[in-house]
Amino acid sequence: MSLTYWNSLAGGSLIGLACSAYLLLNGRIAGISGLLAQTLSGRAIWPGAALLFGLVSGPLLWHLMTGVWPEMTIRAPWGVVFISGCFVGFGTRLGNGCTSGHGVIGLARLSPRSIVAVICFLGAGMATATIVHLLTRT
Amino acid sequence: MFAVMRTVAAFLCGIIFSLGLILGGILNPSNVLSFLNVSGNWNPALVFVLGSAVFVTFCGFWLKKNLSHPLLDATFQISTARQIDKSLIAGSCLFGLGWGLTGLCPGPAIASFFLLQSKSLLFLLGLIVGTMVFSYRNSVWRNFLRFR
Repeated sequence: MSLTYWNSLAGGSLIGLACSAYLLLNGRIAGISGLLAQTLSGRAIWPGAALLFGLVSGPLLWHLMTGVWPEMTIRAPWGVVFISGCFVGFGTRLGNGCTSGHGVIGLARLSPRSIVAVICFLGAGMATATIVHLLTRT
Repeated sequence: MFAVMRTVAAFLCGIIFSLGLILGGILNPSNVLSFLNVSGNWNPALVFVLGSAVFVTFCGFWLKKNLSHPLLDATFQISTARQIDKSLIAGSCLFGLGWGLTGLCPGPAIASFFLLQSKSLLFLLGLIVGTMVFSYRNSVWRNFLRFR
């Protein structure tokens, strides 16, 4: 198994650790889209907003520890980037969760709603990414 | 006192979550797209990230069985909704469509803020707009139903 897969397992375990700690300490679900909506509503934003502050601090800490900034490459054109952001924002609210709330925590607690949500967003995501790849390759 | 500790705990959870996203490669949309796109050189790394995250969280829920209340709060606040409805399906499909177009979901979009990349900031703006449009639409809709 290559180093990448060990990194994947370690990274996933850290995400699971964060979700477990938030559950056991604060008794809440660390669903990022829900925390964002709660913070934007301006009502009862704590402690959720603090988790989002931690989230944005991660890359700074990573830079302090490793000396490099995390890599990030976005190939989609500007217009597509904005529109897809809107889709993700509206869609995660309508469906009540994203990759963290439904994907990680929902699957871990075997919630039927989350299993359906994951099938939908993984299916739609794979179909979209595959079709875009086939249409745009030269 | 407990309120302060809850806030500190949430901040630390956010940092751990963020480091997990970076280490697992999820912060980088091109990694995510190489998993979502099954027609190219398919990259299964995301399966390992999601799998281990779900497994560790599963253990967390197993530990929760021994607790009558969370360590820093009086009650657990966990959704008990069980209904599989059109909103869940339509919303999740729309999310998947957006995710497949750029390769970003809400966690990485927020976590990447201080990388100050113009495209990821634009995505974050879209994410905020989409979220607020939903809240606004919902409140308008509720008022409409009330006054009808």
